[in-house]
Amino acid sequence: MPVISLSSITNHICQGTDLQVHDGELLVLAGATGAGKTTLLNVIAGLTSYGGSVQFNGTCVDSLPPSKRNVGYLFQDFALFPHLTVTENIAFGLQARGLDKKVISHRVSELLALLKIESLNNRYPKSLSGGEKQRIALARTLAPHPEILLLDEPFSNLDQRTAKFLRLEIKSLQQKLGLTAVYVTHNQMEAFEMGDRLAVIKNGQIEQIGTPVEILFNPITPAVSELFGAPNIFQCSRIDALDFGLGKANCGRLTLIVPYDGKAVDKIAVFPSGVRLSRHPINTPMPNRLQGIVLDVRLKPPVVMVDIQVNDEKITAELPSQLWEKIHIEISDPVYATISLKWIRVLTK
Amino acid sequence: MTDQQPIHFLWGMVPVFVMLLLWETTARLQLIPGGIFFPPFTAVMAEVGDMLFGGVLIPNFMYSLGRVVAGFISGSVCGIGMGILMGWNERANRWFSPIIGLLYPIPALGWLPVLMLWIGVNEMLPIAIIFICSFFPVLYNTLTGVRQVKPELINAARILGASDLFILQRVVVPLALPNIFTGLKLEAGMAWKVVIASEMVAIPTGIGALMMRAESLVRMDIILVCLMILSVMCLLFERFFAFLEFKTTGKWR
Repeated sequence: MPVISLSSITNHICQGTDLQVHDGELLVLAGATGAGKTTLLNVIAGLTSYGGSVQFNGTCVDSLPPSKRNVGYLFQDFALFPHLTVTENIAFGLQARGLDKKVISHRVSELLALLKIESLNNRYPKSLSGGEKQRIALARTLAPHPEILLLDEPFSNLDQRTAKFLRLEIKSLQQKLGLTAVYVTHNQMEAFEMGDRLAVIKNGQIEQIGTPVEILFNPITPAVSELFGAPNIFQCSRIDALDFGLGKANCGRLTLIVPYDGKAVDKIAVFPSGVRLSRHPINTPMPNRLQGIVLDVRLKPPVVMVDIQVNDEKITAELPSQLWEKIHIEISDPVYATISLKWIRVLTK
Repeated sequence: MTDQQPIHFLWGMVPVFVMLLLWETTARLQLIPGGIFFPPFTAVMAEVGDMLFGGVLIPNFMYSLGRVVAGFISGSVCGIGMGILMGWNERANRWFSPIIGLLYPIPALGWLPVLMLWIGVNEMLPIAIIFICSFFPVLYNTLTGVRQVKPELINAARILGASDLFILQRVVVPLALPNIFTGLKLEAGMAWKVVIASEMVAIPTGIGALMMRAESLVRMDIILVCLMILSVMCLLFERFFAFLEFKTTGKWR
């Protein structure tokens, strides 16, 4: 039985949306801005009015206000109470439930230790960094032992390094605590890194749902493919194991070094945003250094899509417009490309 | 207080000392014609002593102070309560907003003739005027403060299991405090100005009435003492609320 079940949800965005989230899984809701991702989270939390039915563990919760649904919600802009210290912020949900002071104090200490934020206990949010704020917000969310965790682009206001670190931490906490979670993002890497399953949403409807790899390699519509950067897909004819968890894959006349765990490889996806171009040979220790000819250039501000031909195979690269103006490559120009391993995904047979 | 603050304070007082020195010199040298209407600063201060020990100043001051405190506290408490109600409850806001919108522009002293006829010339009159003077601005500042609390914070509190009353007590009112204090600071001084004005016009006791009696006796020194008291009390009341604001919100703002 799914922990969260949405049936025929209707409101200003959704028109009969159905969605099931299974016990202990982290479902990523991905979609463009305005697609209805946050609206669906708000429906689950009871923060917005809706038609249809929401069930938690088979029990209808439509008549329950947000305060009685026992969900945790991590907001994009942290939503920490600025007038309360870190300890008071974490204790807020426990005090609202009228728990005993000793119980509250014990639970707060537990969370301060769990998230390694003991040193911040008496600080006010204004003196904290973005990463620290989000850790406090997470501790506050987890304090009342929610059964369901909802995360609304929680790291979009943080720098990439902090965001990556916190993503891994949240994923590990979610698994450790056995929480069922719904994670909203429009960041493709975040979606692939975090999700057990991925639901692509458009105009309030679930367009496609599946594992990240299923969706990446078998997008049912161009819109879904586009959302994840319309990856270059190559059929792999042979792969030879190398050291360090890598493999040398032959894709037609193209040879790529890819992450490899020993299983037979079917297809390989390369994200266009991971293909770096240069007019001159690139002398770095990167594994995938290619040489080709520019086939086509398409302006899609703020990026430029460049198709290059490498050994009869077409690879699409996505460049920031500023970078393209700098290197200024035209059709038929010779070009050098590199592909970092983190932008490659592998579909095993 | 840092080491620099007393120095800054002293530097800030220099223009005041210069002004007093000019006042004293001009009056002593009788540089302004009609010296009786312009006593020196030291003569005014001597009059403060006479009035204090002569039993004139303290009773009148206490009358005015009592009226300001009673009118200001009742007006502010009601203003804060009404502001919270209208800021939190949309239906209450829809009901009261048009009425308050019509009454707010009437200056507090404009109510004086109406209230003189309704409640008579008694102790309640200046208190009622100060009540009106404090109520509306404090209400609007509170309303703005409550409205400015970010909806995400209220949603976060709801999801964390808080009831409406808990949210009001622990989130909305504390976060509206900076705006509430803005209203209180402005109106604390205004309450003194209004009490003096109403005592001058209609009440036989208090600092305002003392000024009117001094005017009929051509006692410029007493009038100046009263004006100095008004100035100092306006400043003290404003500073008191600025201090309270700092104590309650200084740590987190």
